[in-house]
Formats: sequence, C-alpha cells, structure tokens
Amino acid sequence: MRFSYFVLRRWLYSILVLFGLSILIFIIARMLPGDPARLALGPFALQEQVEHLRHVMGMDKPLPLQYWTYITGIFHGDFGLSFQTRRNVALDIAHYLPATVELVLMAIVWVLVLGVPLGVLAARYKDSWVDNLVRVMAFIGVAVPPFVVGLFLQLTFSYLLGILPTTGRLSLMTPAPPLRTGLLLLDSLIEGDFSALGDALKHIILPSFAIAMTGIGQIARLTRASMSDVANQDYIEASRGFGIPNRVIAFKYMLKPASIAPLTILGLTFASELSNAFLVETVFAWPGLAKYGIRAILRKDFNAVMGVVLIIGLAFVIVNLIVDILAGYVDPRIRIKHEEGE
Amino acid sequence: MEEKAILDIRDLHVWFRVYEGVSRVLDGVSLYVRGGEHVGLVGETGCGKTVAMKTAMGILRSPPALFPQGQVLLAGRDVLKAAPIELLRMKGKTISMIFQDPLSALNPVFTVGQQIFDVIRFGHRWIRDDGALTKTKVRGIAMEALTSVQLPDPRRILSLYPLELSGGMRQRVLIAMALVNRPRFLIADEPGSALDVTIQAQILSLLKSLVKEAGIAVLLITHDLGVVRETVERVYIMYAGRVVEEGQTVEIFDDPKHPYTQGLLSSVPRLTGEALAEGIPGTLSDYTEAPSGCRFHPRCPQAMEKCAQQKPPMVKVSTKQHVACYLYHGGGG
Ligand SMILES: Nc1ncnc2c1ncn2[C@@H]1O[C@H](COP(=O)(O)OP(=O)(O)OP(=O)(O)O)[C@@H](O)[C@H]1O
Ligand code: SF4
Ligand SMILES: [Mg+2]
Repeated sequence: MRFSYFVLRRWLYSILVLFGLSILIFIIARMLPGDPARLALGPFALQEQVEHLRHVMGMDKPLPLQYWTYITGIFHGDFGLSFQTRRNVALDIAHYLPATVELVLMAIVWVLVLGVPLGVLAARYKDSWVDNLVRVMAFIGVAVPPFVVGLFLQLTFSYLLGILPTTGRLSLMTPAPPLRTGLLLLDSLIEGDFSALGDALKHIILPSFAIAMTGIGQIARLTRASMSDVANQDYIEASRGFGIPNRVIAFKYMLKPASIAPLTILGLTFASELSNAFLVETVFAWPGLAKYGIRAILRKDFNAVMGVVLIIGLAFVIVNLIVDILAGYVDPRIRIKHEEGE
Repeated sequence: MEEKAILDIRDLHVWFRVYEGVSRVLDGVSLYVRGGEHVGLVGETGCGKTVAMKTAMGILRSPPALFPQGQVLLAGRDVLKAAPIELLRMKGKTISMIFQDPLSALNPVFTVGQQIFDVIRFGHRWIRDDGALTKTKVRGIAMEALTSVQLPDPRRILSLYPLELSGGMRQRVLIAMALVNRPRFLIADEPGSALDVTIQAQILSLLKSLVKEAGIAVLLITHDLGVVRETVERVYIMYAGRVVEEGQTVEIFDDPKHPYTQGLLSSVPRLTGEALAEGIPGTLSDYTEAPSGCRFHPRCPQAMEKCAQQKPPMVKVSTKQHVACYLYHGGGG
C-alpha cells in the first residue's frame, strides 16, 4: 500500500531534519563566546582543572570529531555529561521529561474535549453565547501570552478562591505513587491510589489549561468553520434527501469530513503547546524539561541544550507522524492521492 | 385539485433571506404529478426548478429559505407543516430524488457501501417489518441495487470511495441509492447533465428502463427538449420562479402558447436541441428586484402595457393546456 510508503518517507525526512537540527545546534552551542568549563567550575578554579574538565568533556578535540563522538554516543543512549548536574544528560531528561509530557498531554486533552465540542456547538448555534465565547477564547489565545493566562488563573483560583494549588505536581503531604511511567496521573491510576490521582489532577489543571488556551481557541474556530462548511455541502443535503436521520447526519456524515482540517493542525497545536510549556512551567514551578532547558541555555550547558532540543524535535516528529496517519485514516482523499501518485 | 396526485404543489412561494434583502425566487408555483405519471419540468438555468423540488422533498434549509405562502402536499401530507419524523418516513419510500450533481452528492470520506447501507437501513425500517434487517441482508439489497444500475463488480464498488469512481459510475450509484427503497415517486434533477453527452444518453436510457420496470411516477427536470418530447406525457414550462405554461407534451410542442415557450422551441434545432433559451434575448433578472407583473415582460416581444402591472393568472386554452399570459385572456387563442 502506497500510503504506508508515504508515511515512511515523511518519517525518514523528519529524521534527516533532526540530524540537520543536531548539527546546527551543535555548532551554535560550541561557537558561542564563553567557556562552559570555566562557567561550570567558577572563577576560582585553577586553569589545570578547567583544562582537565575540557579534556574529560572531549572539548579539546576538533569539532567534527566531537560531533561524531556525540552522535554515535546518542545511539547508545549516551547524551554526554551535563555541566550542571554532572550526570549523563540522558538521565536528566528521563528525570524531567515525564512531567512535561504529562503537562502537554493534558493540554491536548483540554483542546480535544473543550475545543472540538465548543466548535461544534458554535457552528450549530451561530452567534449564540457559545459562539461568542469561542470568539473571545480564540482572541485571548492569540493576544495574551500563555504565562500571563497562567498568572491570571493562579491569582483567581489559588489566591482568591483558594480551590486549586499554586505550584508543583503534588502536595507535600501526598506520597507520590511508585515510579512507573513518570506520569503521575497514570502511575497513581495504575496503583489505584485515588488520593494521589486527585491531588495530581488538582495540580495539573491550571498549568495545562494555561498552555491549552491558544489551542482550544484555534481548534474551536477551525471546527466551527469546517462544520458550517460541511453543512452546506451537497452531500449533506443529499443525505437528508435519502432519509438519514439528523442525528446520524450530524455525528457521522458531518463530523468526519469536518474533523479533517482541525486534525491536520493538531501537530502545530502540539508544537505551540510545547513552546507555551516553557514559560508556564516556570510560573507554576513545574519540575519539567523547560526549567532544565532554560537553565542549560543560561549556563551554556551545551550537552543539555542539545539533548533537550533533540528530544523536543523527536517528540515533534512522532506527533506529526501520528497526525499524518490519522489524517490518512479519516480522509481517503489523502490516502488515494498517494496511492495513485507517481 | 387532482385526487390521485402524489405530489401536489399549490401556489408555492419560496423566498431566501440574502445579503441584499429578500430574494423572491418562487412566486406562486402550482404543479402536480399523479401516481405513475411521467412529467417534465423545463426552464432555463436559475428559474427555480431545483428549489421547487427540494421544497417538495422538505430538505431546503430554512433559514435562509422562507415559505410565506402555498402548500406542498406529498401523498396527501403537508410537507411544510409535517413533523420531521413524518417527513423522514416518506423519504425513500414515498419520494426520492436524484440530485443534480453526481460529483458532489456523495460524501467523499465514506465508501459507497457505508453510504448505501445507511440509506437501506434507515429507509427499510419503515417499510419492512418482517424481522430484523441483518447485515448480510442489507449487503444483498445493496448489491442488487448496484447490479440493477449496471455497475460491474458491485462487491468491489461497495468498498470504494466516491473519488475512485468515474462521474458516470457515481451517477449510477446515486440512481441506485435513490431507487433502493422502492419509492412511488422519483424526482430526477437533470440526470447526467454534469457528464459528457454519450454517458448522459446511457444514463437517461438506463433511468427510463428502471422507471418503466418499477412503474413509478417521475418528475424529470431537464434542459433538453428532445428528452422531454421522448419521455414525458405532460410538461411544465417555468420562467423566473413561475409556471408559465402547462400541458400535454404533444400539444405544447405542436402549439406553444406562451411567448417564452415559443422562443424556447424556436431556439432549438428541431428535436435534437440542447441549449435553452438562447433565442430569447436578455437574461433572468435578479430575484431581489424581480420584474413587476409578468416576470417575462422585459424580454417579451409581445409585451403590452398591463403586462408590467399585474401578474397574469393561469388560463385554460384547451382541455389540457394552461398558460399564464395576457394574450390569451378574453377568449383569445
Ligand atoms: N440557498 C439559497 N440561497 C439564496 N438563493 C438561492 C438558494 N438556493 C437557490 N437560490 C436561488 O434560487 C434561484 C433558483 O435556483 P435553482 O437552483 O432552483 O435553479 P434551477 O432552475 O435548478 O437551475 P439549474 O438549471 O441551473 O439547475 C437561483 O437564482 C438561485 O441563486
Ligand atoms: S403576459 Fe405579457 S409580457 Fe408576459 S408573456 Fe404574455 S404578453 Fe409577454
Ligand atoms: Mg437545478
């Protein structure tokens, strides 16, 4: 089947792009002024110590060789040492990534469970309060940076109303569930620990919503537009002519074609959520990759920067692959086009 | 009016709310089709044929459509006032329609099978109470329907998406879907006209044989006067949202009364005509500011003073021919 070729090719291209990205970041990180070894050891360290660290980090070798060592290391799960933590970056990422993944996944859930139905309702009841709400949300999503939304939510729900916690992933009093996936919601669910689950949920609501805001507005607007576009198509009129009940028309014959456009931008939504996560994690003291990444950038901890960038790139590739497959599944036109093409 | 009429449209007005105001498209259309009868509906593009028939099907979206006046009786039921469920029950079984454009009337993201199965499932629920409609049974009915429209390899076609079919095949699928629930009355809106001429001819002859076999009533919308002459017993001529002439096909072809019908027939190379109304100068006017009186008067070669003032009512000019034109008032004709 040609469609699988198409997906495979897309995937290979993405991997190539990841390589390109790694070279670019590698060069930028090494070319920036300032000596990371000196930064890491502080102004009072002896020159020999600095030289020693440079040697340990392989920084005294020629650049192409350094890159080669780095990239072959990756395939063994070795992302190099971090100057800040003196641990392998792979370990650091494994430590910080789950919190970010959980946050962004939760944001995607918000987008799907709020954005899509709001869009459907706005299309069904044009110019009603739902429609206006969607408009306002889309506007806020574009105009107000997510960390400001985050601050506002914090102010309202934590300080004023006091119903949701301000920061962190769990309360101090709540014992964390045993580590399995690193996603607290999932781990506590597996464990059957519902008090931890509830507590984790309370913590994640605000930051994930702040991140999702832009996406909810976008997806709702797009769903609304494509629902009303589909509603005017001849084939919907024809379905009514054939005596298909309205409920079946709405949830089957309209929803499927109308879901194609929102689906294709879901990859972009994910990307914007990841970038939103960087500042929102800071606002909510969320112990995720963003905090680690920002510190790495400030400290010129280049192995850590590389690692974070590559992992985010990889996440991006995977999400887009999933979106491609889903889009091909929902829209036969995409599949058939590639099966016929060439 | 007619006792055994399956469709009886009386003085139907359909307006659309549009940006410029109100578009008064149908302005008093009356038309009926008796059981088993084959009737033609002819008029140039934009005159409201499709709007009239979608109203009869009860599928015109409202808003923007408004129905300020008139009645549509379908098998005795008032379509404009019927409960949605009642309308639903009539689809497929009482009335069915072949839509004008076969390329856009099938849903692009479902297979032919998925679409035709639903048509059968939801249609048959009202027809057959003889036990459950199993999946295999539905499939069998669908295959039978596709075979009846002479589609090769129906099993394969069921699994294809509309995109994978040619225009002619899609038209056949739509005909199969329209007929699968055995309607008593079929509206055929310019069947095949979106396709090329040879395929169009095949589609028409197929449709003719199917309809004859099933013995159902048909309202055929067409631009092709040759087709009208060959296929229908009675014909309605529409102009700008009104029926201007009605009668036996033979009579109308032999002795057209309305100046518009006369123009229509003279503009057609005898019998083989396809293009319509090119012999009549001018174009249909905008429905937001439709001409007063007789809507044809700006283009009519015989227009009189009163034509612009009042709408000419239908008058009987022979036992079976009616015309809406002042030339025939006061015993003329
Ligand atoms: N939903 C709508 N809103 C506004 N105007 C409409 C709508 N549907 C149809 N019309 C108008 O009604 C008029 C009649 O349209 P209709 O489709 O019935 O013409 P037709 O006789 O079927 O023409 P054709 O032979 O091209 O199919 C046109 O002027 C069209 O613009
Ligand atoms: S009523 Fe007048 S304008 Fe209309 S067709 Fe007859 S003569 Fe022409
Ligand atoms: Mg039409």
